[in-house]
Amino acid sequence: MKKVLALLLSSTLMLALLAGCGGGQTPPPATTDPNAKVVHIGVFEPSTGDSGAGGKQETLGIQYANSLTPTVDIGGESYKVELVYADNGSSTDKAPTAAQQLVSKGVSVVLGSYGSGVSMAGSDIFKNAGIAAIGISCTNPQVTQGNTHYFRICFLDPFQGTVQAKFATEKFQAKKAYCLAELGNDYDVGLVNYFTDAFQKLGGTVTSETFPSGTSDFTSYITNAKNAGADVIFAPCSISYATQIIDQAAAQGLAKPIMAGDTWDSNKVVEAAKGKAVQIYVSTFYQEGGNPEFDSGFKTFLNSNSTNLNNNGGNDMISAVSAMGYDAYYVALEAIKAAGSTDSKAINDAIWKVSYPGVTGQIAFDTVNGDAVRKTAYIKTVNTETGVWDFEKEQSVD
Amino acid sequence: MQTVLPYLLSGISVGGQYALIAIGYTMVYGILRLINFAHGDVFMVAGLVMVYLSASLPIYVVIPLVLAITVTIGFIIERAAYSPLRSAPRMSIMISAIGVSYLLQNLALYITGGMNQMYPNIPFFTESVSIFGATTKRVTLVTPILTVVLVVVLVWLIKNTKIGMAMRSVATDYETSQLMGIKINSVISFTFIIGSFLAAVASLLYFSNYTTVIPTSGAMPGLKAFVAAVFGGIGSIPGAVIGAFTIGICENLIKGLDSILIQTGIIQQGLGLTTFSDAFTFALLIVILVVKPTGIFGEKVTDKV
Repeated sequence: MKKVLALLLSSTLMLALLAGCGGGQTPPPATTDPNAKVVHIGVFEPSTGDSGAGGKQETLGIQYANSLTPTVDIGGESYKVELVYADNGSSTDKAPTAAQQLVSKGVSVVLGSYGSGVSMAGSDIFKNAGIAAIGISCTNPQVTQGNTHYFRICFLDPFQGTVQAKFATEKFQAKKAYCLAELGNDYDVGLVNYFTDAFQKLGGTVTSETFPSGTSDFTSYITNAKNAGADVIFAPCSISYATQIIDQAAAQGLAKPIMAGDTWDSNKVVEAAKGKAVQIYVSTFYQEGGNPEFDSGFKTFLNSNSTNLNNNGGNDMISAVSAMGYDAYYVALEAIKAAGSTDSKAINDAIWKVSYPGVTGQIAFDTVNGDAVRKTAYIKTVNTETGVWDFEKEQSVD
Repeated sequence: MQTVLPYLLSGISVGGQYALIAIGYTMVYGILRLINFAHGDVFMVAGLVMVYLSASLPIYVVIPLVLAITVTIGFIIERAAYSPLRSAPRMSIMISAIGVSYLLQNLALYITGGMNQMYPNIPFFTESVSIFGATTKRVTLVTPILTVVLVVVLVWLIKNTKIGMAMRSVATDYETSQLMGIKINSVISFTFIIGSFLAAVASLLYFSNYTTVIPTSGAMPGLKAFVAAVFGGIGSIPGAVIGAFTIGICENLIKGLDSILIQTGIIQQGLGLTTFSDAFTFALLIVILVVKPTGIFGEKVTDKV
């Protein structure tokens, strides 16, 4: 009797698990028409892990662009564009496997990823397969350095760090900064270094600390920041940590501005900061309202489907990475058109010459590393009363 | 004092939360000789249940519901994954526990879609208070007090009630207690119920302080609570509590060590010691195991010939 009961219980557990798999996020159904010509674009984005939220928003931008322009003309023939997804799990040890998945599915070009570490981890797999990749919001210089197959449409961390340092000194007359980064995270540590360099050149002093992965107690770090007498806090870490830092900073009455890079441009950050006494400033790629046509279309797309809305964090606020994903898709289409074939080598060569007016600005690549040429970043701040992003200013560096 | 106080406060608060989780580990170990690796994840699930329930129900209904649901989950896990393996080698149950841990984490990943969930505000708990010039959430102060109260109640329960006596006897000798007519299964279930209840309380306190729940939220606190249980001598409840407070306080002092040393003028520049806060916890585990394998309060095992 007991055995039967136990068996029953464990099988119910198993069933519950299987039932869970059914309703999952299934990618759009593959084309069944064997005669239709198809070009595959790989979407190399995290949908799980620390950067899962950001990766999903970036993917949404790509999906929206794909829903508007599902075909591309190659040499006078119309090809259907099919997106192939691979989840790199926000982790550098899962990324190569995800990259391999895309390669074995025969994608012509890859978009992604959100997060520089995973992009670098997947880079060699794409290189060996001769497939070009277009980075969307991976800002670490090393992603494109010394290779000819990785491109990117966003600005770089040295630029972003300089922008933030300049903003801190101009707006807050900051003399002392406290930097916090996740130990071993290429993005955080890199950006903090560039910020430190730029800030010291402007005559400030910096105290830098790192925290181990999986930390949720930031109270001691915030006390450290207070003790260091910092005028600004620079904490460009993943969103999972960002929400904790904001909440605990507010609880401890830290009255100093907290600044961060493009990762913090997420509605999760707004949600955490709403109604609390904190000041948050982030640098980012796109500000809602920059292109009303894109904004309204994308909002309709989000609201048309509960999965989309869920992936965007439950509301229809537009994240800059979505706009970047949208642009990246069109850059890829331009390259495919220019190459006139679905051959990944030809597309790789064509990307160098692409120039495309995107919603986030004109996109063209430099001739050395394949980085987008960008001169300005947008600075946003959270309006803690209404719970939305307010535009602060356009910051450029000389 | 002024420099050390904020770190001590966070340390005591974190210690209290580790203590509540550590008791769950230590009690189950005391009775079943099983390290219940899924315990940290039960703690995380309690957090998620709170997030989802509070979206539609008022907070005073949600809190008892969360406690009840977590207890039920703990009970079901024991019945489904551990009790069928009662006569199996101990290793099999441990592997089963690891399996449950991953099952819970992945279910949570599926349900939340990998997005971090914001924990609801519990009025009173999450308000900021200021003591001796250090500002913190009220829950920081409530945690150690509540922990001590719960531990006293628990120790009383084990010492003075019939079920407590049964638990002690099962812990001492499993088979003999069975021969004496103790219903082993209900005693074990009861142990899991208490453990899960304390995990649920810990999750209320923990997530009120650190308001983000992710599927791996249970992993780190679970691991550290486990270290605390081993530190204090696994199987001993006061040991687990003392171990947890020690680890919580040391960890936070190390995070603040640079800042403290600079303020007291001992060093001029940061040494980057902050980075080693986690390394310290696990180094402590190794040292304890080498020097005193049974922990501070651990019983010495005498092998019967």
